[in-house]
Amino acid sequence: MSTTQERADTQKRFTLAKKGFDEADDRFASSRWFVSVLDKIFPDHWSFMVGEIALDSLILLILTGVYLTFFFIPNSRDVVYAPTAGHVYAPLVGQHMSEAYQSVLNISFNVRFGLLMRQAHHWAALVFLAAVVFHLCRIFFTGAFRKPRETNWIIGLTLWMIVMLEGFTGYSLPDDLLSGTGIRVIYSVLEGIPFVGTWITYDLWGGRYPGTTFITRLFIVHEFIFPALIVGLLSAHLMILWRQKHTDFPGPGKTETNIRGSRVWPQYAMKAGGLAMIVSGVIFALAGLVQINPVWIYGPYTPYTVSTGSTPDWYVAWLDGAVRLWPHWEFRSFGHEIANPFFPGLLIPGVVFTLMYLWPVVDRKIYNDHERHNLLDRPRDKPFRTGVGVAAIVFFADLTLATGDDILSNNLHIPFERILEVLQYGVVIGPVAGFLIAYKACKALQRTDAHPIRHPVGGMIVRAADGSYHTLGEAHAPHAGEDGYVEVEKAEEHAEEHAEGR
Amino acid sequence: MTILDDPGQGGSREPGAGGGAEPGDQPTEGLAFDPRHFGIAPDEPWPDDVPRGQDDSHWRFEHDPGRARIAELRIAACWIVSLLASIGIAVVYVTGAQNQASGILWALAFLGIGVGLILWARDLLPGHDVIASRGRHDASDEGNRWAVAESFARGLEPIARRPFLFKLLGAVGGVFGIAALFPLASLGPRPDRNLYHTKWGRGVRAVTEDGRPLRPSDLPVNGILTVFPEGGMEDALAPTLLINLGDAPFEIPPSRTNWNIGGIVAFSKICTHAGCPAGLYNVQTHQLVCPCHQSTFDVLEDCKPVFGPAPRSLPQLPITTDTEGYIVARSDYTQPVGPGFWNRG
Ligand code: HEM
Ligand code: FES
Repeated sequence: MSTTQERADTQKRFTLAKKGFDEADDRFASSRWFVSVLDKIFPDHWSFMVGEIALDSLILLILTGVYLTFFFIPNSRDVVYAPTAGHVYAPLVGQHMSEAYQSVLNISFNVRFGLLMRQAHHWAALVFLAAVVFHLCRIFFTGAFRKPRETNWIIGLTLWMIVMLEGFTGYSLPDDLLSGTGIRVIYSVLEGIPFVGTWITYDLWGGRYPGTTFITRLFIVHEFIFPALIVGLLSAHLMILWRQKHTDFPGPGKTETNIRGSRVWPQYAMKAGGLAMIVSGVIFALAGLVQINPVWIYGPYTPYTVSTGSTPDWYVAWLDGAVRLWPHWEFRSFGHEIANPFFPGLLIPGVVFTLMYLWPVVDRKIYNDHERHNLLDRPRDKPFRTGVGVAAIVFFADLTLATGDDILSNNLHIPFERILEVLQYGVVIGPVAGFLIAYKACKALQRTDAHPIRHPVGGMIVRAADGSYHTLGEAHAPHAGEDGYVEVEKAEEHAEEHAEGR
Repeated sequence: MTILDDPGQGGSREPGAGGGAEPGDQPTEGLAFDPRHFGIAPDEPWPDDVPRGQDDSHWRFEHDPGRARIAELRIAACWIVSLLASIGIAVVYVTGAQNQASGILWALAFLGIGVGLILWARDLLPGHDVIASRGRHDASDEGNRWAVAESFARGLEPIARRPFLFKLLGAVGGVFGIAALFPLASLGPRPDRNLYHTKWGRGVRAVTEDGRPLRPSDLPVNGILTVFPEGGMEDALAPTLLINLGDAPFEIPPSRTNWNIGGIVAFSKICTHAGCPAGLYNVQTHQLVCPCHQSTFDVLEDCKPVFGPAPRSLPQLPITTDTEGYIVARSDYTQPVGPGFWNRG
């Protein structure tokens, strides 16, 4: 098939590549390493793609973010918005505002592609956090956090915490009315910390709220400190992943000691590159077509105005929801007090995160399982764990709903008092109900479908020698598809033989 | 440890992965390299985590040049879209970068490349599943485990023999660690009387947002106005609500009988929950609602919280009029304004 010309070309490319790698090898003895990179095997499952989407949107966040730093002025100095060269936003002309807010108006109206980059940055953040949360659920429900991957569970949770804060500091930078309100609440949460609260807030804000340095400091945190931590932790996360290799779902021929998938080079790498482009494309389409965080509508921040319906970005909404649902309690004795916002703002998230950090240990105790695992659990096979996960999702969902209580109340024409009460009960009862339902559902699924390999879910259609079709794994089917059945059995036997032998 | 080292095991069972190459489809005869080779020289032992003996050099339209050609054209079309979009980006930039148009063009530029790459990978590139050993990257053999423990112990022993120095170093390190935190203390001043005081004080006039002083007659019945201490606009705890309750019956503790001017009362606007301005006033019920978390305060009952997370009443500001008839404060707030903190007292 191949012509002489083609063969010669191939030969030439090969020689060239070899020369390149030789140059590297002469300096780093790197050939073995390159082989391991190019031949690295990645299992193929759609849910593994979500980690990649997180990575792609992070890269986009960094690129658009750096672009924005060229125009953003992190200063809370008071200015009067006045027509300058180029476009201005007429309704705000003559208003007092911080220089930071003015610079964001400038990016939005006066910098070509500025608004696009701003909105792409914000959309990428939403996609990023959605991917991270989905990824976290995937890890939890499939037991991917078990030995030997506990370290990545810890790093992953820390990443999640930091990326939430990174998002929050990000949308607080424009110093508009919406974000300023969020900052005010955070100040109160921190101020309420027992013993040291006022010291912490005076240090962070350089004095009593609102101070004059906060935007500047927030900027340093958002564009340097947190990104450095995120990139550092993520590198560790991925290096560990690389070393330990990917987990995989159980399936024919898969064992704890083998790995099945395609090699990185070339197909997987090209797919990954394509996915990165597609993720970017979708984010830019959103940035162009779907308005997000129109700060010029909210207006500049002042400590004495606020609008209704102020809700944070979705990924921190559960924190705001907790602040809304926590009853009017605070504790006072001996002339001291633990203020109300401290409990929902710090204590509850603290407890939630501690439980999540400890989960691999708890899980080990519950299932008395100290083994190493490379094959994943199917959620139904671990009803208790799945129940706990569902309970957690219900808990977060309830809190997230609470953050929109005033919006819900307006749209549903229910007094917000009722909505809050329902959600207050819901945050206690909901997770319990969620646990029980999930637990029962898992048990039921286990009964109807005994083994993921022998009886694939949804059925696998096989064609028998006589030309008839049967569903594989349906034990009661009149003429069970002998051929297919035997085939799968064989595969299992092989796998078992290999697991025992050698 | 188990390795699936049986050539053709697993991977080859997949349709299309092929059970070894047939002599007929040797596209690479006479080359200096074998594309199905897994990077290991033939005479070398196979390392753990490299697949062996499985042929993943086949691709989707390998035996169908017609469809391969169509696939190629399809990919090219995707990239042409991207090319045109890129030119469009330049045009849109020059003509003012309208946002929706820009977004669509940027999206097309990315998506064209992306979809093309995915199609190329899917239709024209090899990449079947193979099976390899995982190797032992999660645990070394016992010999190495001994080796590291011994290496470490060799250095630890001479150090551990000096417990006094060892402990002293720990103590000194700890103290120095605390000393090293002092630069952080420079970030802000110590918490001061500002926590307890606002810019209000005896005789300080209440002024509007644009600095105008007010007479009681400026506020109609059921009127509500945000006021600031004259010269203290920047004090974030000072914003105060003047409310004219008219002759609605309101309850105020006896100790504060002269804190209002007729029906005009003054309460802090800063919510005792988390510090948002509690500025939504319901004239019918005389209730103040804080838009942040819906704390509701009953103005007729000393601004007691009647719903929501706010734990305390909004503090009242004592007011009167000065000789020129303008509304002034009788004093500062008599308790700290806003959310709670440890030393609120
Ligand atoms: C900053 C955001 C994050 C990024 C960009 C990221 C990226 C990735 C990627 C690309 C993978 C491999 C593919 C996959 O399984 O999806 C991975 C694996 C992993 N991640 Fe993350 N991750 C992030 C956050 C998290 C979080 C929040 C957790 C859990 C708390 C977590 C825990 C893990 C674990 C345990 C693995 C190894 C599991 C396996 O091999 O299947 N990661 N991460
Ligand atoms: S700040 Fe007023 S209700 Fe929370």
